[in-house]
Amino acid sequence: MKDRVVITGLGVVSPNGVGLAAFREAIKAGQSGIKFYPELKELGFSCCIGGMPEISEALKRDYFTELQLKDFKSSGILYGCMAGLDAWKDAGLALNEAPDFESGTIFGAGTSGVEKFREAIYKLDAKQVRRLGSTVVAQTMASGVSAYLGGIIGLGNQVSTNSSACSTGTEAILMGYDRIKAGHAQRMLVGSCSDDGAYVWGGFDAMRVLTYKHNDDPEKGSRPMSATASGFVPGSGAGALVLESLESALARKATIYAEVLGGEVNSGGQRNGGTMTAPNSDAVQRCIKKAVANAGIKAIAIDAINGHLTATIKDATEIENWMIGLNLKAEEFPPINSLKSMVGHCLSAAGSIESVAAVLQVKEGFIFPNINCADLNEDIAALIPADRIPQKLIEKDINIVAKASFGFGDVNACVIFKKYKNK
Amino acid sequence: MDKEALIAELKEIIKPYVQDQEAFGNLTEDTHFITDLKINSANLVDIVLDTEDKYNIEIDNDSMDKMSDVKSAMGVIEEKIAAKG
Repeated sequence: MKDRVVITGLGVVSPNGVGLAAFREAIKAGQSGIKFYPELKELGFSCCIGGMPEISEALKRDYFTELQLKDFKSSGILYGCMAGLDAWKDAGLALNEAPDFESGTIFGAGTSGVEKFREAIYKLDAKQVRRLGSTVVAQTMASGVSAYLGGIIGLGNQVSTNSSACSTGTEAILMGYDRIKAGHAQRMLVGSCSDDGAYVWGGFDAMRVLTYKHNDDPEKGSRPMSATASGFVPGSGAGALVLESLESALARKATIYAEVLGGEVNSGGQRNGGTMTAPNSDAVQRCIKKAVANAGIKAIAIDAINGHLTATIKDATEIENWMIGLNLKAEEFPPINSLKSMVGHCLSAAGSIESVAAVLQVKEGFIFPNINCADLNEDIAALIPADRIPQKLIEKDINIVAKASFGFGDVNACVIFKKYKNK
Repeated sequence: MDKEALIAELKEIIKPYVQDQEAFGNLTEDTHFITDLKINSANLVDIVLDTEDKYNIEIDNDSMDKMSDVKSAMGVIEEKIAAKG
């Protein structure tokens, strides 16, 4: 029992659902959160669609004080704190009067407070440095989100932010898992967030990796595994999980969503086909293979895969990498889905939002549908049976889910979730 | 400027940063921003900026260092308004 790590709380702020209940409903219904944003068109973006969580001013006040919200312009920290505090509360944990030295956080981010930084730069360039006020550093430091969460909750263990591009969220889970497994903490709030909007998405638009073909039908724009996939749709938000030693969870009589069996993080070193922006497939396969080995399971026992699958030409390569990494034949390949079909690619938040979806599948027994891929990519159809890419919600008992994320820098992360059983 | 009026205006400026509402309710000239009102020291710069905006004055670093309680803040404000002419 000493070495087991379980998930006891979930929180999510997603383009298609803010809060766990709305998110669960949306993913089961295959509901898209992608919208057209006139401000992107105004700025001359090729891709004018994206995913941003909808959050009212009133809702913000359930999480932050008026003082915290004064001059607050960091969407990533907003999303991260909302998801993180939801997960903490969902786990039945309280905000601490004194620091809880057995609880910490690894909460990832890709950027922090880009809007805030922009405002500061304008002031600085106008020689107004003394007019910046006190809020620039906390909102724009990379570790802003973990610092806010640590302060609101009263965390006394490690409080840090990881960053590994689009694998950030999945990496955070494994970092928190390692820390509990090593006996350095009882509880780790793990997750990740992403700032939203033009200043984060512009660089991707410039790289021509976003789809520009769906400005008139945004909900059809994110098309992982589709023959008509034409680039990804940018998203934003945050996902959060409370990881806890089984010992602590049982002592508190906490609800256990699932067990983290382990996983693997690695890099392709930007060699053998890997570059800053493309994965080295050997490394991806190795990451998946090692994750399964580290989890102590057989690949055939995996009931569902939650892929990275962004809706680029690399989707077929990813499926092939899963097959080789898991050493499964086409007929043995489990159902695979991509949350990105509904929420777009939430970048640094992707791994954690998608992991929340994967864990819900394990806890509640379903596989959420893929949308926008009725016209299956033929290279994928040549690899695995079409029915392994569910187009409709499947309700069935799910024991094990494998989830992977890959990111710029040729970095990979794969985690294995299993239904909790008191064996 | 009338002292009572100035205190009332200063109260409006510092209100968003106050962490101890009871002390704020009993505010006098001797009330200290940090020890009494429990204002986060980082927010003192925000109070200075808000004060600058309110009175259209500029508060230099030396003057800012003096603004630790209600009385000293009022002194700085009056001095800067007077200097403006």
